[in-house]
Amino acid sequence: MQRLRLVRLILENGIVFQGKSFGAERPASGEVVFSTAMVGYPESLTDPSYKGQILSLTYPIIGNYGVPAKSETDGISDFFESDRIHASGLIVQDYSDDYSHWSGTESLGEWLKRENIPGICGIDTRKLTKILREEGSLLGKIVFEEDHETDENSVFSAADYNDDSTDFYNPENDNLVAEVSCKEIIEYGKGDKKVVLIDCGTKLNIVRELIKHGVSVIRVPWDYDFNTLDFNGVVISNGPGNPNHCVATIGNIRKALNNEKPIFGICMGNQLLAKAAGAIIYKLRYGHRSHNQPVRRIGSNQCFITSQNHGYAVDESCLSSDWEPWFVNMNDGTNEGIRHKTKPFYSVQFHPEAKGGPNDTRFFFDEFVKLIVNH
Amino acid sequence: MDQSIKKVILLGSGALKIGQAGEFDYSGSQALKAMREEGIETVLINPNIATIQTSEGVADKVYFLPITPYFVEKVIQKEKPDGILLAFGGQTALNCGTELYQSGTLEKYNVKVLGTSVDAIMITEDRDLFVKKLDEIDAKTPQSRAVESLEEALEAANEIGFPIMLRSAYALGGQGSGICENEKEFTELCKSALSFSNQILIEESLKGWKEIEFEVIRDKNDHCFTVVPMENFDPLGIHTGESIVVAPIITLRQDQIELLEDVARRVVRHIGIVGECNIQYAFNAETNDYRIIEINARLSRSSALASKASGYPLAFVATKLALGYTLDQIGEMGTPNSAYTAPKVDYMIVKIPRWDLNKFYGVSHEIGSSMKSVGEVMSIGQSFEEVIQKGLRMIGQGMHGFVGNREITFDDVEESLSKPTDLRIFAIADAFEKGYSVEKIEELTKIDPWFLGKLENIYNYSKVISSYNKIEDLPEDVLREAKRLGFSDFQIARFIEEPEGNMETEQIRVRNHRKSLQITPVIRRIYTVASEHPDKTNYLYFTYGDVKPHTPYKEDGKEAVIVLGSGAYRIGSSVEFDWCSVNAVQTARELGYDSVMINYNPETVSTDYDMCDRLYFDELTFERVLDVIDVENPKGVILSVGGQIPNNLAMKLHRQDVPILGTQPTSIDRAENRHKFSGMLDDLGIDQPRWKEASSVEEIDAFIDEVGFPLLIRPSYVLSGAAMNVCYDRDQMHTFLKMAVNVSKEYPVVISSFMQNAKEIEFDAVAKEGEVVEYAISEHVEFAGVHSGDATLVFPAQKIYFETMRRVKKISKQIAKELNISGPFNIQYLAKNNDIKVIECNLRASRSFPFVSKVLKQNFIDTATRIMLDAPYSKPDSSVFDLEYIGVKASQFSFSRLQNADPVLGVDMSSTGEVGCIGDDFSEAILKSMLSVGYKIPKKAILISSGEMKSKVDLLDACKLLGERNYELYASHGTQKFLVDNGIKATEVDWPDEDGENNILTMIADKKFDLIINIPKDVTRRELTNGYNIRRGAIDYNIPLITNARLASAFITAFCTLDLDDVHIKSWDEY
Repeated sequence: MQRLRLVRLILENGIVFQGKSFGAERPASGEVVFSTAMVGYPESLTDPSYKGQILSLTYPIIGNYGVPAKSETDGISDFFESDRIHASGLIVQDYSDDYSHWSGTESLGEWLKRENIPGICGIDTRKLTKILREEGSLLGKIVFEEDHETDENSVFSAADYNDDSTDFYNPENDNLVAEVSCKEIIEYGKGDKKVVLIDCGTKLNIVRELIKHGVSVIRVPWDYDFNTLDFNGVVISNGPGNPNHCVATIGNIRKALNNEKPIFGICMGNQLLAKAAGAIIYKLRYGHRSHNQPVRRIGSNQCFITSQNHGYAVDESCLSSDWEPWFVNMNDGTNEGIRHKTKPFYSVQFHPEAKGGPNDTRFFFDEFVKLIVNH
Repeated sequence: MDQSIKKVILLGSGALKIGQAGEFDYSGSQALKAMREEGIETVLINPNIATIQTSEGVADKVYFLPITPYFVEKVIQKEKPDGILLAFGGQTALNCGTELYQSGTLEKYNVKVLGTSVDAIMITEDRDLFVKKLDEIDAKTPQSRAVESLEEALEAANEIGFPIMLRSAYALGGQGSGICENEKEFTELCKSALSFSNQILIEESLKGWKEIEFEVIRDKNDHCFTVVPMENFDPLGIHTGESIVVAPIITLRQDQIELLEDVARRVVRHIGIVGECNIQYAFNAETNDYRIIEINARLSRSSALASKASGYPLAFVATKLALGYTLDQIGEMGTPNSAYTAPKVDYMIVKIPRWDLNKFYGVSHEIGSSMKSVGEVMSIGQSFEEVIQKGLRMIGQGMHGFVGNREITFDDVEESLSKPTDLRIFAIADAFEKGYSVEKIEELTKIDPWFLGKLENIYNYSKVISSYNKIEDLPEDVLREAKRLGFSDFQIARFIEEPEGNMETEQIRVRNHRKSLQITPVIRRIYTVASEHPDKTNYLYFTYGDVKPHTPYKEDGKEAVIVLGSGAYRIGSSVEFDWCSVNAVQTARELGYDSVMINYNPETVSTDYDMCDRLYFDELTFERVLDVIDVENPKGVILSVGGQIPNNLAMKLHRQDVPILGTQPTSIDRAENRHKFSGMLDDLGIDQPRWKEASSVEEIDAFIDEVGFPLLIRPSYVLSGAAMNVCYDRDQMHTFLKMAVNVSKEYPVVISSFMQNAKEIEFDAVAKEGEVVEYAISEHVEFAGVHSGDATLVFPAQKIYFETMRRVKKISKQIAKELNISGPFNIQYLAKNNDIKVIECNLRASRSFPFVSKVLKQNFIDTATRIMLDAPYSKPDSSVFDLEYIGVKASQFSFSRLQNADPVLGVDMSSTGEVGCIGDDFSEAILKSMLSVGYKIPKKAILISSGEMKSKVDLLDACKLLGERNYELYASHGTQKFLVDNGIKATEVDWPDEDGENNILTMIADKKFDLIINIPKDVTRRELTNGYNIRRGAIDYNIPLITNARLASAFITAFCTLDLDDVHIKSWDEY
């Protein structure tokens, strides 16, 4: 490995980490979040839900299997969750530039450079995680220094040197969904039954799962009034940022609630459906980003281990009386899903489509498609 | 939970052997703990007296009895339990339980099998059923056929095509397994395998595929997930017990891991596992093709590793699931976590096996599909470079990491790479030194280039370090990177200044230089879910990360006491020292100290994080122990309960002013340094075999002229007689001396005259300031010449003169006084008539401490720890030593796993485990012990070849008894004549190299004998002789073998005078 340039991660509370750059050499800023997943960095980085965020991985050794080639099946990428990296930056501890996997065509560093995303290694991610856990999510920025002698102490205060060139960026203030959503309708599959997929920043695996079940998918932009289309069911996708920006989407969902066609929300989809049903949304202290979140179906002894990636949660106390909470997180008791008491409308906060994470809850797609077919 | 379960029997795993070691003490102990929490009465059957699970307060009742259907049924009859747990005692418990189920015994006594049903177990154990069951859900298994005869086997092999993988069903650790390239190899292995098992498996060979392992946990409500995916560093073809293993998986993509996890869950659900199981895959990463190699429907070595690797207590949780709980109802042991969360880690672990192949004559060092290793270590860290270097130091065979092991070079590197041996990892280092590329090494080893690339990083960085000339010149960034890559201070010193000797000063200079640059290790806490939840486990390791120096660890203001554990299990040091360590930390805790444990062996109870206040799962090197001391600032360190590894640190720590609890290091040195020790005995007027410190050949020759042969040679500071040998002539002496000196240059070699036909006596004791507080005198059944770790021990000693006993006590008191011993110690004596000679003295707990403590019901370690901490203790009154029962400790050998090893006993230790049983008299105790280590009472035919006249005479009375009991005796020419001359009927048989109808080897192969007694004439002549062929034949055809006349006599007398029905079924507390 060639000598790497020094780079700093500056947190809004003044704590500074020093690491080495292995990605694009440009500054970046966003909300710093951590994920405890041990594998699946190509999937995570291309997950649009990470838009506006600098992703730190708690597993220390990253890059080991490289990055697979961009192959496609039926117009859908085989290994990635969208067509580009959405995270604003990547923070790891021990980066493997020498990767080893037959399907790897470039290193993680090369990919980040190609996509113009900075990556930092040599960061004590355990320490960073501890800070995020104790203080909650923080804004941060990645800043490059001039090549001059620095002392090795990586804990500085921001005041130790001046950096005005890059501002902190708070993704909460922007409508990120609008940025990552498709700009026009895209159709997939040849099935008779048609599912509208509201693209709030969908992971491609939701599309793959639906097609696998023999339905065709009409992927619509986040603010598109799909009620005008001919369809049999609706899936509301995952997506980045603050759901409160999606006023248009919520309006369209409300219209759909007047019909009887099945609606299934995932992650952001859960929040938007809940908002349509009268609930309010609040920000979690540091979010759920991992592949091992236990959830329980309320009123049963059925539990599942789920893949999750969200920073906001549904406050179910304001749900209207037609609705009920459906799943609960076994770690912190937060809402993990809601459903309508009589109509086929429901949603989950976790990711049944996984990629990555456990496939325990893939059956949601079976059930949803069955519902459409029988409807 | 199932409320009908009030009383449960748990089957242990018996003596430690290759393929089944200390991990089952861990799993059984956790199971008993989990049941105790539920108020369930527990009954444990396990003859392994040195375990934690057989200690007071773990199970309600303990039976030191063989784990065989006969004895288990007797215990069931007596105890009337509601349920039985089969999954916590390895293959031994599983096989025994399956037999009891199939014979209807469990049903007869209304005992419910808890957890995974026997029907499900049988699916995982019987290959045919297994394949059929998995075919039902299209889960792929290797193309395979189960056969029961050689003819069928050959037919199957030709159908599948060579190379062929051969496995035997119902066998632990892949015994009798192997890859055969051609028909000849195949035929040989088949014959041997068929002798162990009536069913063997012929499979397609998947050599070169990746080997992947998961632990899967499932409850009765079908909640199911995998814990810590593991990947073998070595490609398929090397038994997972012989492989270096890393976790989590590092060379597969997320979707590939997912694929295998999905298959695992489907299979586990389909089979109907309730509790824990292990699934092993062969995986082709290029084609995404997989085969399920094996499923173990029980706790295993891998599950112990996964537990320690993740902090997730699999055995504890599996027990609760067996009792009827579901995962969401269980909290993780000692933490606020729910058990329903698949652990995610934010570190990497590596497991490395520990071999002791040098201990066996004739054993090949090649490793393959059958297990030979005797223990393992686990290291935890932040980079592969760090964990592999730490791990290689932990192995404890004098290695300093991946590089910097000056002594190791390979003449034929290519062969050393392509034919894996126990030293292959070091062949890789040598290959880098000799200019091999990663690609070339990959081609030769089939090891994934990711691992090789990381190893190359280590090698390359050693060159960077070497480019400096003075330790103090090493710049901060280089030193920091070196530590990140796992270099020890020792390695750094060696690469920079190349000093000779033990380099203590240089190591300390590196340490001081480091500290001046603020480069010190940080403590990391292991959370089961990465660092997501701020849980308060006390499971810790060191790594280099954050730059802030650490403040001393004082959570509650209590003073800390550090106990050094025993490291990897190996021949001469295993579960008995874990028992000692655990007892020491527990006593320290009771006395109000913060008890701190350092150990790195994943197969132990001492590395369960709820056993002490703080567990440092880390190295027991001088450097790391000092790191812990810096952080803990303890009252003191206990070195005397973890065997030889801690003991060897005594003087080094002492020179750094570390407070050592108990006997002072200067005394330890006086006992360990044979020269000083012998001098001391001379001064005290205590007799010892004549000895000489040997530093030159001339000196040795002069000594030989004086005392003659035989002679015993040994270097100082050894455990279990490593490189210790008896020599009968000058040539042997010289050859051996070369080897011995190579073992340790630091200390001189001592030669002493070797006494034949002498009794060996063990004195285990605890003293306070030179006064003996409690003691136990036991004797060996065998005469001196059999290593004390292999000998059969009787306590209290039965056959020594009163006067001998008196002298042993007197001399021991003198030595205790002279060395001012405070704490545990052990002295070994030779006794002939009333002549007493001291042969060895260890100022630490010995291997027999748990045995004598439990027989005496007087915990020697508890007393010793109290004394070391200056706390009150109860001095036993003399009536305690007046026992109305007898304990016998017998050794377990693993020769069947070590192809070609000569199963004969000598001064070097070769047993892998032991049992201890209690009886009302000697015969009962020895019978129970011998049956516990796998001997069977012969039905009919016994082969005797009794060696020299002395042993013929020794065996005469026993042979008479056999004659009276109408046993059919077969004997070699001389023995047969001797027996007939003495009026005992015996059939003459022919030696293996003779023609004749009754060729011994043919008769062995035909399974004509139920017991073979072969007494070697000369313990040092180990070439391929008739004797060797008979002994090896006995092992290969699984016929009980005894090679010592005195032990044979004792065993024969026991089963001839005592009926199995007369053996009392008494629990420990009934004695």
